[in-house]
Amino acid sequence: MLKKLTIAMALTLGLAASGAMAAGKTGEVTDYDFSFEGPFGTFDQQQLQRGLKVYTESCAACHGMKFVPIRTLGDEGGPNLPDDQVRAYAAMLEVYDESIRDFRTATPTDHFPESNLENAPDLSLMAKARAGFSGPYGSGINQLVRGMGGPEYIASLLNGYTGEIREEAGAVLYENKAFPGGWISMAPPLEDGWIEFDDGHANDLESMSKDVAAFLMWTAEPKMMARKQAGLTGVLFLTVLAVLLYLTNKRLWAPIKARAKQRKD
Amino acid sequence: MSGIPHDHYEPTSAREKWLHRRLPIVGLLYDTLMIPTPKNLNWMWIWGIVLTFTLVLQIATGVVLAMHYVPHVDRAFASVEHIMRNVNGGHMIRYVHMNGASLFFAAVYAHIFRGLYYGSYKAPREVTWIIGMLIYLLMMGTAFMGYVLPWGQMSFHGTAVITGLFGAIPFVGESVQTWLLGASAVGQPALNRFFSLHYLLPFVIAGLVIVHIWAFHTTGNNNPTGVEVRRTSKEEAERDTLPFWPYFVIKDLFALAIILLVFFAIVGFMPNYLGHPDNYIEANPLATPAHIVPEWYFLPFYAILRAFDGDVWVVIAVEWITFGIVDAKFFGVLAMFGALVVMALAPWLDTSSVRSGRYRPAFKWFFAVLVIDFFVLMWAGAMPAEGIYPTIALIGSAYWFAYFLVILPLLGIFEKPLSQPATIEDDFNAMYANKGSTSGAPAMSPAE
Amino acid sequence: MSHADDYEGTRRDFIYYAAAGAGTVVAGAAVWPLVNQMNPSADVLALASIRVDVSGLQPGSQLTQLWQGKPVFIRYRTPEEIEAARAVDLSELPDPVARNDNLDEAVPATDENRALGESGEWLVMMGVCTHFGCVPVGEAGDFDGWFCPCHGSHYDTSGRIRSGPAPENLPVPMAAFVDETTILLGEEA
Repeated sequence: MLKKLTIAMALTLGLAASGAMAAGKTGEVTDYDFSFEGPFGTFDQQQLQRGLKVYTESCAACHGMKFVPIRTLGDEGGPNLPDDQVRAYAAMLEVYDESIRDFRTATPTDHFPESNLENAPDLSLMAKARAGFSGPYGSGINQLVRGMGGPEYIASLLNGYTGEIREEAGAVLYENKAFPGGWISMAPPLEDGWIEFDDGHANDLESMSKDVAAFLMWTAEPKMMARKQAGLTGVLFLTVLAVLLYLTNKRLWAPIKARAKQRKD
Repeated sequence: MSGIPHDHYEPTSAREKWLHRRLPIVGLLYDTLMIPTPKNLNWMWIWGIVLTFTLVLQIATGVVLAMHYVPHVDRAFASVEHIMRNVNGGHMIRYVHMNGASLFFAAVYAHIFRGLYYGSYKAPREVTWIIGMLIYLLMMGTAFMGYVLPWGQMSFHGTAVITGLFGAIPFVGESVQTWLLGASAVGQPALNRFFSLHYLLPFVIAGLVIVHIWAFHTTGNNNPTGVEVRRTSKEEAERDTLPFWPYFVIKDLFALAIILLVFFAIVGFMPNYLGHPDNYIEANPLATPAHIVPEWYFLPFYAILRAFDGDVWVVIAVEWITFGIVDAKFFGVLAMFGALVVMALAPWLDTSSVRSGRYRPAFKWFFAVLVIDFFVLMWAGAMPAEGIYPTIALIGSAYWFAYFLVILPLLGIFEKPLSQPATIEDDFNAMYANKGSTSGAPAMSPAE
Repeated sequence: MSHADDYEGTRRDFIYYAAAGAGTVVAGAAVWPLVNQMNPSADVLALASIRVDVSGLQPGSQLTQLWQGKPVFIRYRTPEEIEAARAVDLSELPDPVARNDNLDEAVPATDENRALGESGEWLVMMGVCTHFGCVPVGEAGDFDGWFCPCHGSHYDTSGRIRSGPAPENLPVPMAAFVDETTILLGEEA
């Protein structure tokens, strides 16, 4: 009986945990494919570079990423920009410096600037903060079963504008299929062909949305690849250890069990 | 020393004798490690080792995280991101610590329900049980305060809700809440003191764990039959037991390796699954998340807290009797803590003379319902407090109290127990003679 | 004891040793991250080398740059200063070693071995007195170089200790010009 209960427990644990993410109304989220999904998935360097461009030319107008150091753009496993490009990117930005109490040109060791607008949230961790929105009733089940999370939500949101506009209390709201509640105050930030990529990659709305969503996944979880690697190493090590301990245990108990059997007979 | 008769450490060399006369520490360690342990312990007796290991894991990773964390409202969130992005291996250490809390609670619930099924709480192990309940309470406090530290949206607004529980106490509630927070609202004083206490309490837990182990080493372990080890002579005792080292240490380590394997898969591949995504948004007192949910391990008790609203007749009756002093809000708080208190009182509420649930045909079913009830409450706690969910939570809460306050006392009187084996040795031998037949449930077979 | 028992014995031992060995490896692998996290983190390492813009300096002026929590003096020396520094006989120096991180440890303390580049116009060195760590004052002291106000150590125009209690010349950090006006500190260009 206890064993059955344990199994039931393990199953319900998964459900309850995902139930914890239950939120109110949620929008439609499309299950886009990303290169970093699954236990062996990795970031696509080219895609991250395109995403950076989309971020720089569109999102950065209002949003910020104050937790992301600019130098990490040169990190291996990330966008992996060469040093001089990282420096050039930093030189385009202005950051506020406490010590001189003024704005100055950024260096690679600075972080991305903060948001310019009160209602434009910081995007550093957005891909993780929106991870629970996918799945029926925001249950997060899709996160477990289909690996859907924040990036899917972000891409769906950027793609989800219907074109409907309405005014409410002086603010303009845009209808968006992916946004919980259906009406969002952010104007459509991207349109087909707005941004040209140097490598001539497709620049339709959906491609760009996916690129910037992937980039934001990287900003939210830059150590994802190292983490998966560490997890895999841990699992492999522990598998070997578990097998050896199983054999040790079996051998250790063998004479005890043999004696028990003898006594009974 | 009372307990099961066994060989004690005898210092042989002159050096050992010298130390032993001054500090019998080797003897203490020897007796602890070589303690006679019932042969027939099954796989539900591994959780103690898992929990001890998890405590050490949490302290080790926690001490390390504290080297980089800054308990300041302006910098706490950023310092966690600093750990995640800049510190060598910091992201793994933090994810291990974060998911370690879940491992801790998963193991402690398994451990508690093991005790409830096999009657481990019954005489003479009441003190072990009570100490265990204290540890569990401290764990909840520690986990709650730890959850505040990243200073995300859930940290912040969760703290407001949980400290609000104390605010519900009649007359002094507001003062107590202000005292806890060091201010009228959650802010810098609260964050700073929670950090201090989050660092302190694990060491208090470690101290209580030693007392917990001391207590059950004095009474001896319970076992799946609930039958005591024979103690009239060492020879007899040795037929019921095996020394803890190496037989149970190796068995437990094997189980631990399996559990850590699953744990590492979670940490490596879905580290944020058990957490709430809103906690990746920095705390903002001006915007409350749509739906405040505690971590999964608090959900059953959170459901009990919310179950008793002003429409429930018990609440109305109590409010009327107490002239409104115990209102619905305070009643919920009392119910939540009461749910823990009735569990702690189980040794005195259970009237059955049979210890193990294995030989209690009716008890088995009520116990199974209790376990299901626990998960139903967990689920109801995660759902919004509207529609059918409060009703489900109320039924679940009612069963929780009924189990301890009504079913346990009455079952002992009305239930007809099955016959128990005379000795642990008989049970152990029977297990292997019957191997392959259908009578022995696999979960009850000892170490394999 | 039969032959089969012997075989059993070795196999049993092997598994015990293998399990103990694997356990040790896993424990060691688990402890290493806890040790390694105390090493400098990525943000600290990123500051190990910085770029300093020196376009604003004229001959005879200097700037003080904070680098890894310590001041670095970057001086654009006048021809007179260079001449004075190069005229010194090595035997007069209390510390005959160059103390230049860009060069071998044992090279003599000639001005050529301390200044940045052939012409010797640029002198880059740590602004921390080698006595007790005060920050010396520029264009001061008996040798018109630097003077430490704490205990009266005098440095010459090459930053070499000449008199006073300080034991060593002011150390020269890793430094190089990466373009006309930018000095890279802390890393080979």
